[in-house]
Amino acid sequence: MAGSIPASASAEPVRRPHVGPWKEAWRRFRKHRLAVVSAAVLLLLILGVLLGPLFWTLPIDEIDFAATLQGPTLAHPLGTDDLGQDLLARVLYGGRISLAVGFTAMLVAVGLGILVGSTAGMAGGRTDAGLMWLTDLFLSLPQLPLLLLIIYLFRASLTEVVGTELGVFILVVSVIGAFNWMPVARLVRAQFLSLREKEFVEAARALGASRRRLVLRHILPNALGPVIVAATIDIAAAIIAESTLSFLGLGFPPDIPTWGRLLFDAKDNLDFAPHWALAPGIAIFLTVVSINFVGDGLRDALDPRRVL
Amino acid sequence: MMEDDLRQMIGRVQRGTLSRRGFVKRMAALGITAPMATQLLAITGAAPAAAQSGSVPAYAPSRRGGGGALKILYWQAATLLNPHFGSGTTNNDASRVFYEPLAGWATDGTLFPILAAEIPSTDNGGISADGRTITWKLKRGVKWHDGVEFSADDVVFNWEYAKNPATAAVTSGSYRDVNVVKVDDYTVRVEFAQPSPFWADAFVAAAGQMIPKHLFKDFVGANARDAPTNLRPVGTGAYKFVSFAPGDNLRAELNPNYHRENRPYFDTLEIKGGGDAASAARAVLQTGDYDYAWSLQVEDAILKRLEEAGKGRVNIVDGGSIEFVQLNTTDPNREVDGERSSIKTEHPAFRDPAVRQAMALLIDRGALEQHIYGRGGPATANFLNNPPRFVSPNTRWEFSIQKANEILDRAGWARGRDGIRAKDNVRLKFVFQTSVNAPRQRTQAIYKQAAQRAGIDLELKSVTASVFFSSDVANPDTYVKLFADMQMYTTTMPQADPERFMNQYTSWECSTKANNWQGRNIVRFRSEEYDALFRQAQGELDPVKRASLFIRMNDMVVNSNYIIPLVKRPTVSASLNNLNPVLSAWDGTIWLLGDWYRTT
Repeated sequence: MAGSIPASASAEPVRRPHVGPWKEAWRRFRKHRLAVVSAAVLLLLILGVLLGPLFWTLPIDEIDFAATLQGPTLAHPLGTDDLGQDLLARVLYGGRISLAVGFTAMLVAVGLGILVGSTAGMAGGRTDAGLMWLTDLFLSLPQLPLLLLIIYLFRASLTEVVGTELGVFILVVSVIGAFNWMPVARLVRAQFLSLREKEFVEAARALGASRRRLVLRHILPNALGPVIVAATIDIAAAIIAESTLSFLGLGFPPDIPTWGRLLFDAKDNLDFAPHWALAPGIAIFLTVVSINFVGDGLRDALDPRRVL
Repeated sequence: MMEDDLRQMIGRVQRGTLSRRGFVKRMAALGITAPMATQLLAITGAAPAAAQSGSVPAYAPSRRGGGGALKILYWQAATLLNPHFGSGTTNNDASRVFYEPLAGWATDGTLFPILAAEIPSTDNGGISADGRTITWKLKRGVKWHDGVEFSADDVVFNWEYAKNPATAAVTSGSYRDVNVVKVDDYTVRVEFAQPSPFWADAFVAAAGQMIPKHLFKDFVGANARDAPTNLRPVGTGAYKFVSFAPGDNLRAELNPNYHRENRPYFDTLEIKGGGDAASAARAVLQTGDYDYAWSLQVEDAILKRLEEAGKGRVNIVDGGSIEFVQLNTTDPNREVDGERSSIKTEHPAFRDPAVRQAMALLIDRGALEQHIYGRGGPATANFLNNPPRFVSPNTRWEFSIQKANEILDRAGWARGRDGIRAKDNVRLKFVFQTSVNAPRQRTQAIYKQAAQRAGIDLELKSVTASVFFSSDVANPDTYVKLFADMQMYTTTMPQADPERFMNQYTSWECSTKANNWQGRNIVRFRSEEYDALFRQAQGELDPVKRASLFIRMNDMVVNSNYIIPLVKRPTVSASLNNLNPVLSAWDGTIWLLGDWYRTT
């Protein structure tokens, strides 16, 4: 056939391997060195507090006056406190509580934030204005005094129902969560406002997608990037808030060694037994810093418009 | 010591063959403290229990003022400035800045006249021969801060105010059973129904702080708490009121019309409240930000290290204070007529003497002394530890987990699947509360571990000190309410005589909703036998018999194990090296604040 151009192999469409959005995100995330290192550190910390007590079986409250305020030794790798209690065991145990509080409080905050933000963003009009007023109201409340007040008011009644540890856990988590949802709500609302006018959403609407499908299937997944970043910051904030409460002697009962409580106990001995404060202090520091870096990495990874 | 010997010696003092000082020395050798000895002489008419030269350190400054600012740190902040309502040392001390009693207790246990012209004695006709009336002569020319003259009417008013049940004053115990008569404008007579060996209670020291009649007369009884002057005191003290933020700080300034010459030395005074004991110690000993820090309940090891900085010193004054545990006699988890821990209930577990005995065996007092309190807390088995004459020789403390286990086994408290003992649906799981304070949290941890090994679960609770020790009626976490199974704190002995100290286990002092939890019997210990012993001691003029009565009372509460004494607490405070505080073991820190000065 004259004039016809023979089909050549090179003209075949390029068969690039299909890369899903998550894989792509992971590729981008890997480019952020600090984030990867931080993720490893965080993973190590989480595994440590989860599995550590299985291997390090010294009890957290074994009093031994023969070994008070010792620096790190083989028997006590992180040293002991003034009652001779093993600090490694206490830091591991405390980490479980501190991390659990951090992650759960984050879930509460993000859940509330998404609910309020997406409702406001989709509904618009009066509902939007009202919800944003509410957000502003919560933002203007002084967090710590309110926290103290709520714990003081409800601690007794709640611990009666579910027991002390769980009661304080629920209280601390819900209170911290209830005071950290506002930034998330604002972010989500802003995302919704811009996304709902985008062409792909209009296309979906033109195809007859229901409102609920629009939100769940098209808008929300695209709005999640900034939310995940905000969530990581919330975890750090919650861990610090719990530490503050324990430090003030208001969180968990005094015999439960959360990281904040360990710091509180250690502070009087800071100048002659610094190892006591260092272990929980470093643990809080590492957790918060690594979570923040991971959040940073995630922001880069999840923003499709950003060129890496 | 035999009664006869004592009488002989007193006779020698009266005849003049033995000096008063010699008498006191001999008494001291026999274990009778100076306060008791001087009171003995006072009662038997040989000498006034008045302060002698040397009871109070000499005051050096030769003019009033010019000393700059005095900054005192109380890590428990005051919440009230009415001495008749302030439960707790902080409130008593804060109001003492402005209000003064007729006399205060010097550290050697003698009475030092403040608003009185002299201390009553048989010699000056102040004490009647039958021991039933005391006549106080008041100092003339004393003015309240607003310029009104202080007179006998004020003294009588304070009695009427405090004894009125509707006022619900914490001081009511000192005034209820006496009668007060105005003789003339500067003389007041206190009448007792029975001969009273211990008469120096009404109008003396903390309970004797005088509030002005002309400002409080419309606020007697039910509306006593509405008086604006409860928070803006007008007193006679060396410093005048400037401002007060309850729970935070108190400011005062020099009173130019103060009735004692050349006093005070400082121009302004600030009492800052809040924080914690260790930071307070640091603020004086390490950084020198404050001049004086009160009641340093801090591990001794820390204090010793801080002292090495060389800025200040630690003052240890041995008194009668004691750190102890109370086992609630009532049920904190049941409400009767809207009241928790009502005296109509019984504690479901602690009503069994075996449980209480086990609890007493489970605290290792030796470890507390050795590893936590050091100089600031020798272990003790007694509630009444000073003066030595009143110390019971009959009690011992012991730490034995094994014995506790045996006692509980024998009493039928069997271990459940979780290792916690129970009997008839009552589990040995107790809420153990105290204030936020490092040594107390250590003690809690030590107690909890030992209890765990005996099948008892202690749930630890720590309440911020400014809440725990506040007089706030609306707060459920205050120590006076004791809405927990057990609690631990330090109680102070306000005078060199145990009468007012031991009244805290009499049934009429129970802390209940009806008296706004102002009663002193916080553990709500009730025993007819104890009440009878106490009343007997109140009227017993024979000092030896009286001492034995108090020893029996001590043994009763200690052996009941509702009260578990832990360690004695001498007052430990810190002051800068150049400050000369006048401290007393038998009165509040502020008792003679006007005499404090700085050496430059």
